[in-house]
Amino acid sequence: MEKFVHLKAIAAPLLRVNIDTDVIIPSREMKGVSKTGLSVGMFANWRYTDVPARISNPEFVLNRAPYDKAHILLSGDNFGCGSSREHAVWAMKEWGFRAVIAPSFGAIYYGNCVRNGILPVVLPDEAVRAIAAWVEASPAANQVEIDLPSQKVHAAGVAYAFSIGESDKDMLLEGLDPIGVTLKRDPAIQAFEAKDRMQRPWVYI
Amino acid sequence: MAAPRTLYDKLWDSHVAHSDGAGNCLVYIDLHLTHEVTTPQAFEGLRAAGRKMHRTDKTIAVPDHNVPTTPDRLETIKDPESRLQLEMLESNARDFGVPYIPMSDIRQGIVHIIGPELGMTQPGKTIVCGDSHTATHGAFGALAFGIGTSDVEHVLATQTLQMQKSKNLRVQVDGALPTGVTGKDLILAIIGRLGTAGGTGHVVEYVGQVFRDLSMEARMTVCNMTIEAGARAGLMAPDDKTFAYMMGKPHAPKAAQWEQAVAYWKTLKSDDGAKFDKEIRMNAADIVPHVTWGTSPEDVLPITAKVPNPDDMSDANKRVSAKRSLEYMGLIPGTPLEQVKVDKVFVGSCTNGRIEDLRAVAAILKGKKIASHVGMLVVPGSGLVKHQAEEEGLDKIFVAAGAEWREPGCSMCLGMNPDILQPGERCASTSNRNFEGRQGRGGRTHLLSPGMAAAAAITGHLTDVRKVM
Repeated sequence: MEKFVHLKAIAAPLLRVNIDTDVIIPSREMKGVSKTGLSVGMFANWRYTDVPARISNPEFVLNRAPYDKAHILLSGDNFGCGSSREHAVWAMKEWGFRAVIAPSFGAIYYGNCVRNGILPVVLPDEAVRAIAAWVEASPAANQVEIDLPSQKVHAAGVAYAFSIGESDKDMLLEGLDPIGVTLKRDPAIQAFEAKDRMQRPWVYI
Repeated sequence: MAAPRTLYDKLWDSHVAHSDGAGNCLVYIDLHLTHEVTTPQAFEGLRAAGRKMHRTDKTIAVPDHNVPTTPDRLETIKDPESRLQLEMLESNARDFGVPYIPMSDIRQGIVHIIGPELGMTQPGKTIVCGDSHTATHGAFGALAFGIGTSDVEHVLATQTLQMQKSKNLRVQVDGALPTGVTGKDLILAIIGRLGTAGGTGHVVEYVGQVFRDLSMEARMTVCNMTIEAGARAGLMAPDDKTFAYMMGKPHAPKAAQWEQAVAYWKTLKSDDGAKFDKEIRMNAADIVPHVTWGTSPEDVLPITAKVPNPDDMSDANKRVSAKRSLEYMGLIPGTPLEQVKVDKVFVGSCTNGRIEDLRAVAAILKGKKIASHVGMLVVPGSGLVKHQAEEEGLDKIFVAAGAEWREPGCSMCLGMNPDILQPGERCASTSNRNFEGRQGRGGRTHLLSPGMAAAAAITGHLTDVRKVM
């Protein structure tokens, strides 16, 4: 997995609440069987005026320079709610996003981000709005800086502190393979199964 | 004496295979449900890393999201991408040795319908699936939740997940539901109260007489939509109704093991005095049939209400969001919800595709015709539900009323297979999400109960089901 340590980049504001994963990638855009080739379907219903013909909607923020080069997305409460589809994260990663800053996230989406090297940053609504206003004043120049080791977002002359779970932080900083980590615990899993089989034999038939 | 524990605490404690002492745990998974959309990349990941499955006897594969629901589907699936996904599920199941239920099998159906139906879903199990509506299985007192594909791969490789424990949220609803009010109305009302992020970071336990009175089917409807309130999972303590539902199911424990299992299952309830981090309380008698008006499940109101006016909303975010929702939905503030005309009616999904739901629809449609401008799809959640409905003659009632009776699958819930809305079409839907474009680009979804869907089909507009009962 790609590491996330430090990033200074253009941030794109998309300050709506409850942006769900069906909006991030509609189901008909995820009929493939691989993790790639999905970015063209990202925000398809908002990004194109004619979706099948892929006619770009000039009003949509990610179609406007310099936001089309953004690596950070600023959004509203409950970003990534709804469907568990990891395709939403794969599509955003492939498009170029490495971090999303929002007041809250859908739980499954949050986990999917961490497992793909995208940093989900939780900041209060007022902070996200303040950063967005600062970015919009001069989007190419006013780049947002995120430092994971110190858990700070630097923008608008302010250092915003954010929280993240220790294991999620480690995974992002080290670019760990979670399966590889767990497989080292295989003896514990085997021991659990042996004990559990005695207690709940009907679960092992 | 040990501190009193919640049902969630007990389920969690009994599945921790390893803990680092700082809250990071490996949670053992008892049942892994898989389907064609969220697994190809996981199996591919195993192959690429040269890894095997930890074990294959706790996983089941069934196609549901992408399958057509027309009778010709066994001959050909026209969409090449859908066909490839379905073929890959079958070949991955074969290559890795996962039990697989093909589309031609009477047991095929929506993964969350068939788990309970086959007796795989059991109290006390941890159940995961690459699908957020895995919360459904919480109706049995199982800890069940949706996961992304990276976690699907993790479970395939290790039979565990790396997790931190969630908080406990108790939703207590007292009293009894009035006539015509269902489990669907109950959960819509709860989501309206909690909001779509109200359950974030929590596992919900539903307590109160109203849940004990619900059938297993209705309990599944309630737990299914827990995810729409942002919660990780929804739970109900198992009781005699749960055990009666499970008895004799193909994968349920048998003979002496059944007795042993039931004795264990009876311990699966929150202890008196167990601590919840958050609690809400509602009164069932106050709940009427509900319908959504916007593009988030929290945008919900009693059918007796009017389309809300965003200008009346005090919260700025809500105001902006409601304006946008109403524009997308093509609705004018102040319009009575009962005057909203519908083009399509969809009955089905993991929320309301079970036999009880079909019976409720048939009871309303019997001897009646659907409105001439309305198209109606009735899609059983599984082959077994379809068979049962046909045994009871429900299919004949649907067809006589002018509805289409289909083969089992996720169908029009998610706009992935051929059953989709056209831009601007308005649908009264028994499914679970009214997100923008969920049922097809530009489609407008109103979530409601099966009875309410049938009522809308007859009148051609959103209708209080109590008027046509």
